[in-house]
Amino acid sequence: MDYMTLIEILGSTLRLGTPLLLACIAGLYSERAGIFDIGLEGKMLMAAMASGAVAALSGSAWIGLGAGILASLLFAAIHGLASITFRGNQLISGVALNFVASGATILIAQTLFGQGGRTPPLTGEARFGPITLPFAEALSGVPFLGPFYGRVISGQSLLVYLALATVPLTWWLLYRTRFGLRLRAVGENPESVDTAGVSVVRLRYTAVALTGVLCGIAGAYMATSLQAGFGREMTAGRGYIALAALIFAKWRPWQALWATMLFGFLQALALRPDVIDAALPGSLTIPVSFLDALPYILTVIVLAGFVGRAIPPRAGGQPYVKER
Amino acid sequence: MEKLPAWADLVLVPLISLLLAALISALVVLGIGGDPIEAVSVMVKGALGSAYGWGYTLYYTTSFIFTGLAVTVAYHASQFNIGGEGQAQLGGLGVALVLLAVDWPHWSVALLAASLGAAAFGAAWAAIPAWLQAKRGSHIVITTIMFNYIAAALIVYLLVEVLRPVGQMDPATARFPAAAHLPSFGEIPGLSLIFSKQVPANISFFLALAACFAVWALLWRTRLGYEIRAFGKSESAAVYAGISPTRVILVSMLISGALAGLMAVNNVMGEAERLMQNASEGAGFIGIAVALMGRNHPLGVFLAALLFGVLYQGGAEMGLWTNIPIELRTLLQGLVILFTGALDTMVRMMLVPAFRLVAARRIGGAA
Repeated sequence: MDYMTLIEILGSTLRLGTPLLLACIAGLYSERAGIFDIGLEGKMLMAAMASGAVAALSGSAWIGLGAGILASLLFAAIHGLASITFRGNQLISGVALNFVASGATILIAQTLFGQGGRTPPLTGEARFGPITLPFAEALSGVPFLGPFYGRVISGQSLLVYLALATVPLTWWLLYRTRFGLRLRAVGENPESVDTAGVSVVRLRYTAVALTGVLCGIAGAYMATSLQAGFGREMTAGRGYIALAALIFAKWRPWQALWATMLFGFLQALALRPDVIDAALPGSLTIPVSFLDALPYILTVIVLAGFVGRAIPPRAGGQPYVKER
Repeated sequence: MEKLPAWADLVLVPLISLLLAALISALVVLGIGGDPIEAVSVMVKGALGSAYGWGYTLYYTTSFIFTGLAVTVAYHASQFNIGGEGQAQLGGLGVALVLLAVDWPHWSVALLAASLGAAAFGAAWAAIPAWLQAKRGSHIVITTIMFNYIAAALIVYLLVEVLRPVGQMDPATARFPAAAHLPSFGEIPGLSLIFSKQVPANISFFLALAACFAVWALLWRTRLGYEIRAFGKSESAAVYAGISPTRVILVSMLISGALAGLMAVNNVMGEAERLMQNASEGAGFIGIAVALMGRNHPLGVFLAALLFGVLYQGGAEMGLWTNIPIELRTLLQGLVILFTGALDTMVRMMLVPAFRLVAARRIGGAA
């Protein structure tokens, strides 16, 4: 594999890793506050459909993004209602919302456009196009780093940079602000937060809402940037992979970046069977099905904990009852 | 919170949950410009209005009983098995391998062997997530979902590259031997008087009924069932009583996977008579809704499976005869899971004042 092929694969790693990163950071807020969210997948799917549909109708990617965030927030609110207010089973709520999203997206898209559950292809202003960073042209002559800067770092969509920016922002919010301290505390020991006179319910709803916003951006990115429109089941398990990456990252933002980019790299590699076959000795070829399954297999390996022990937030998944 | 009478908890709460799910679905149907009343009448008529409709309804019911029981057994051990879909697909592989390996002399022998193959392959597919949960603490919900995706890729690979007969275009196995054909309802003496047309419901419906009874006996009449339920109620208490968590998780998940795998006897052996891609058609996921709706009891699972059989067959007819897309089924299924599994406290909270009122009136009447 030559350097330019590697650059190409790294570029698509960043593109494919972005929805995973956004969903992973989204899950981080929720789980750090003690709310499991299996429903990242459904929220992304709803957001992808809403943003794809609204961008197609309005012709503006920005309005599409707003619609995606709203759709995802609606699902986050239902999940919050079920798991915080009514102290229901958080796993079941997440799974249920994924099914609702799976059905609702196709129903709505089919009703609006009648194209078999897809939204019409987006062009021009309806998509977040690539942004060329300054000096990308000027530096292209620099060996090694020039192409890396020009083709991997530069030329991505705005939402990719936004996703990357959430990493230091989340780190700062979690570890350097009062809100972050309370958020982490409410996931470990809600009684202590309650005793300190801070509302457990409000903190958890805030966390769930942040999850909703980030999943909304993730879904909008998929429909308006990574691809040109919404397609049936287009999230294809990314919500679950993001959860595995979150465990891999041990619920920390910087590690989440590396974990999701690793999964992004695998997905990018799966798109290039020619590169893998060339790297294999002799006439060996890898079945395409195996490459398709590779990110899922790696997810299981990550969860199996062969990469070190991961201890989740202690109060995760348990509804908080004020007095027993 | 106050307790409700047992009958309200068992019957009223699921029914109101179902009603709420139906209500929201009706609003969605209105929202997309459909007519909910027409939708319901097309569904009921299509599913129950003729022997032909019943033949399909009971065919789906059979599959949903198996996957619902699979979720139930795991649920009693507090394991949430979402991998029924993958386990059912692997069960189909087991059926295909068994039926294609030997020239079976009679369907009864073939059924026995195919059931064993389906159960073994389904159980094997559940074994890895179960072991990882028991030994490494890997979250069984995520691992079983991943195994669904891996199963789909594996089946595609095997059908395209290995099991497809030479010269055949579509990715599927060869047809199973004719002697392995399971009697459908139209071919069973007595039942054939009712089912005159060719219907997919077949003799494995009775196997599903037997499985209901077997699961009931296992959970409430055996030592293993007691251990499973005790562990599911309280892990620490179970450990204190000398119950091994590893054993309970592994055994309950193996039984769960075997039950999901057995579904293939109905759809792969009984209907398609060869293994095709995505043979389970989401029945593994419907098992979750069926188990929750049926309050994780075999009798409840049977009734809920029948209900979802109606919804499934009726939904297909609705997709054919109205402008409402067939995906309404998935939406309704998700809403049923949401209301029965996650928002059941809300439904109870709604009922408590009503019962308090009734109780107050009764005391007032006595005085």
